[in-house]
Amino acid sequence: MATLLETSRLDKSFGALKATDDVSLAVDAGEVHAVIGPNGAGKTTLIAQLTGELAPDRGTIRFDGRDITGLPTWRRTRLGLARSFQITTLLPQMSAEDNVALAVQARSGSSFRFFADARRDTTLRGPARSFLERVGLAPVAQTRCRELSHGEHRQLELAVALALQPRMLLLDEPLAGMGQEDSARMVALLRSLKSELPMLLVEHDMDAVFSLADRVSVLVYGRIIATGTPQAIRDDPAVRNAYLGGQGG
Amino acid sequence: MPAPLASAQLPATPPASVARRRVVLLAGCLLLAALPAIAHGAGQPFLIATFTRFVIYAIAAVSLDLILGIGGLTSFGHAAWFGLGGYVVAIAAFHAQDASTLLGWGGSTEALVVWPLAIAVTALVALPIGALSLRTSGIHFIMITLAFAQMLFYLFVSVKFYGGDDGLAMQRRNTLAGADLRDATVFYYVCVACLVAWTTLCAAIRRSRFGMVLSGCRQSERRLLALGYPVYRYKLVAFVLAAAGAALSGALWANAARFVSPDMLAWVKSGELMVMVILGGTGTLFGPIAGAFVLLGVEQLLSAWTEHWMLILGPLLVLFVVFARRGLWGLVAGER
Repeated sequence: MATLLETSRLDKSFGALKATDDVSLAVDAGEVHAVIGPNGAGKTTLIAQLTGELAPDRGTIRFDGRDITGLPTWRRTRLGLARSFQITTLLPQMSAEDNVALAVQARSGSSFRFFADARRDTTLRGPARSFLERVGLAPVAQTRCRELSHGEHRQLELAVALALQPRMLLLDEPLAGMGQEDSARMVALLRSLKSELPMLLVEHDMDAVFSLADRVSVLVYGRIIATGTPQAIRDDPAVRNAYLGGQGG
Repeated sequence: MPAPLASAQLPATPPASVARRRVVLLAGCLLLAALPAIAHGAGQPFLIATFTRFVIYAIAAVSLDLILGIGGLTSFGHAAWFGLGGYVVAIAAFHAQDASTLLGWGGSTEALVVWPLAIAVTALVALPIGALSLRTSGIHFIMITLAFAQMLFYLFVSVKFYGGDDGLAMQRRNTLAGADLRDATVFYYVCVACLVAWTTLCAAIRRSRFGMVLSGCRQSERRLLALGYPVYRYKLVAFVLAAAGAALSGALWANAARFVSPDMLAWVKSGELMVMVILGGTGTLFGPIAGAFVLLGVEQLLSAWTEHWMLILGPLLVLFVVFARRGLWGLVAGER
């Protein structure tokens, strides 16, 4: 299968700390690739380099064959690389629908339009509503974002990312802080997207990772110590030793 | 335009407050229209000139709210655009009066020429200054906008040809076909028309696609970048638009006072505009109009009573900001 996102020999240090150490990683078209690792393994630093919020010290990032290492965040999004945030980053004073509509708007040509009422623009509102429906948020479409629950914020993050109609999703701990019920719903939702969208999934929740991912990479102290199918990773003695051992999977 | 869906109307605002907002807006417009009659009725027609100045300041306050309240860009140099707009009008009149030329141009006193010119010149100056200032954010943005405004302030202080720190007087107001601007009441209504037009334009911008992006920049720039918006461009356009609004206000002020001076660009003036916005309610657009009227009105009343009026107004403002964070507009119209 064709490789969609590829990092090659990525390095990033903060002083003496190597947060990313020679990371080469590939996400193929049609694949869900999970990155797991203990706290402080450098998962957030890795995501930040993929989205363009941090520049790597060395190495390259390619998306769809194109070198995007030096591109700003917004350009990467325009190329079809959408992300969700670990810590909810939505527009708190806008409604759920506004948040999604702004993503639809980002896809639909110029936003240098100064006169027509954007909230009455059915070319924005219609798609926005269908994405909200898809993640199960249609009933709270008009609720202000800051009044939604944590679980709803996570769902909305996903709806916003989907509304960008990306070619690939970067999901930064989409299950972070969710209860069991919300978690299960989100996993089901992600599974339903699996066939349409390649994803790079950074996640803590092992059950979710092993049930969703086609391949898993294990990040420890900034290094990838193993990549393989969920089963192979489960059985890898080095991984068990470094990471899974104490936690019992 | 496609037919609006019933539920697509201002989803985050319940209908009751929409109705209340409309009533308050209508009442405000009626009050603005009736002020000259009220001044005459009270036997104090000189108040029309006072109200005219309130209206002119309100235009500058609304324009500041566009970037400060909606875009979340705390510009502390907004008076620079107010002053620059005024100077363009006064300098054009200066050359027209003494038949001298500026770069081959003989000046003009025609409102329909010099007011748009004031707006255009100010926008042209605001473009590079905004482009540099917007490279920074937070406290640095506040400081750099202040610094640029002070640079323009000292520029006009040092240009002795146009009066330096003594300022520059205009012999008479600009001429406008079909309206005698020398008449206080006519001039008042021209200023009100400008205020209504400018505020309507800003309100449309706030609701537009551009406005949604601008408001998004305030709430989370990181989110907007992740959505694929090059936020810098949007902020720059907003910065220039706001400067243009302040320039219109300055052009009217030059006519109202028939005098401009570097004081128009001073940082104190920028601070005053900020107080009007905060007092009226940041991000409400209509609130700053009320903010301008109340601040200047209270100032007028207190200064007639004591020269230490700042001592009273200061604590009043503090109390207001602490206890009525949504500003005057929040109190009256019940909007966030």
